Amino acid sequence: MKIKEKVRSFLGEHVNGKEFDDTDNIFEKGLVNSLFAMNLVTFVEREFAVAIDNADLDLNNFKDVNAITTFVERKLA
Amino acid sequence: MSIYDFGLTKQQQEKKEEFKEFVDREIVPVAGRFDAMEEMPQSMIQKLIDRGYWGAELPLEYGGAGMDHITYGLFNEEIGRGCANVRNMIGVQGMFSTAILRWGSEEQRKQWLPRVSSGELIAAFALTEPEIGSDAKNIHTTARQEGSGYIINGRKKWISFGGNADVFVLFAKVDGQVSAFIVERNTPGFTCKPITGLLGFRGSMLAELCLEECRVPAGNLVGQVGFGLALVANHGLAHGRYSTAWGAVGLAQACLDACLDYAGQRMQFGAYLKDHQLIQQMIADMVTNIMAARLLCLRAGQLREQGDEKALLETSVAKNFSANMAFKAANDAVQIHGANGCGSEYPVQRYMRDAKIMEIVEGSTQIQEIIIAGSAFRNVRDRK
Repeated sequence: MKIKEKVRSFLGEHVNGKEFDDTDNIFEKGLVNSLFAMNLVTFVEREFAVAIDNADLDLNNFKDVNAITTFVERKLA
Repeated sequence: MSIYDFGLTKQQQEKKEEFKEFVDREIVPVAGRFDAMEEMPQSMIQKLIDRGYWGAELPLEYGGAGMDHITYGLFNEEIGRGCANVRNMIGVQGMFSTAILRWGSEEQRKQWLPRVSSGELIAAFALTEPEIGSDAKNIHTTARQEGSGYIINGRKKWISFGGNADVFVLFAKVDGQVSAFIVERNTPGFTCKPITGLLGFRGSMLAELCLEECRVPAGNLVGQVGFGLALVANHGLAHGRYSTAWGAVGLAQACLDACLDYAGQRMQFGAYLKDHQLIQQMIADMVTNIMAARLLCLRAGQLREQGDEKALLETSVAKNFSANMAFKAANDAVQIHGANGCGSEYPVQRYMRDAKIMEIVEGSTQIQEIIIAGSAFRNVRDRK
């Protein structure tokens, strides 16, 4: 599975059945609960074997499917 | 009646015995006094430091004890069996230090963690406020950027060890976004008022903090603006839940131990209490619940050790079950002890008061239930 598909699938498990597309800001749209950010960080680190540290904490890295995918691709490059 | 064979290594079993011996000798005899005097004396902290137990959760490179998650859990259970306040103090140190370890910069880790793990600094976690408990994203405390730092204004309440901590991870809103800061007690504009007369956790030095134009360097921002609650606070809280879950198992074990002892000595209606079946029922419930809680805690510990994303949910499950069953065990322990259970001669009334607090701290029972049920409903949808 490609990175974007894995990210989409993971988000899909956490949005309580709500519809979203690859540019929907998951935080601003209230799609996820307050513990989701921690789950997302753990998922990205485990699934793609990358380390996320405090310098990576920018909402632009995590706000939607496309942003997360780009972030992972950059980390893996 | 023990389930410690469940996956514990020889080394973990040995550590468990070591903790038990330490708690029986150094903590059990004085725990009642901490409660009665509403204090946590420096001499107790020094004993933990001398034994190398301070900074238990931190890796060796930062001067910590380098315990794995299971060993750290066993440590919290044993300490919690002796004194809920000492366990709370250890948990709170971990809430600070693990939050900095995970989301602090390398400079922050190097600056603060060795000083915390050595015992030079006592740390605390300042999230809740007079008007805000569970609803943490709506805290009122603010921080505004000014020059090379931030100016913090606001009040924090119910802060464990706020009365004696030297340094806090403290949460404030920057432009409406919750952010985490390291704040030292000696910051000009920082004042603190002890909170006394509490139901339980009376030796946990709770305090209300007041921050008036407190300036902290920009380098004291932990993580980035806007990630204070979602990542920094939640990381600390998850640690606190794990510590509390194990501590509640220990507290319930203390209740069981006290009841087994009492029921074997106390005679009513011509028979020992232990021979009365209604007493046996309460004992059986305690035994069963303690076993179940311990398994949930071990499971959460395994997941934390593996860095598994399920750890977050299952730590909530363990905390919720353990805290609730500890309160039931303590309630029954007081009942079994009768009038003696209400007096100061026996520790069970203290256990009951402390157990009630465990149902409230680090996410109340209701908050855990919302987390657990939310996950369950998501899983149902996934199966369809």
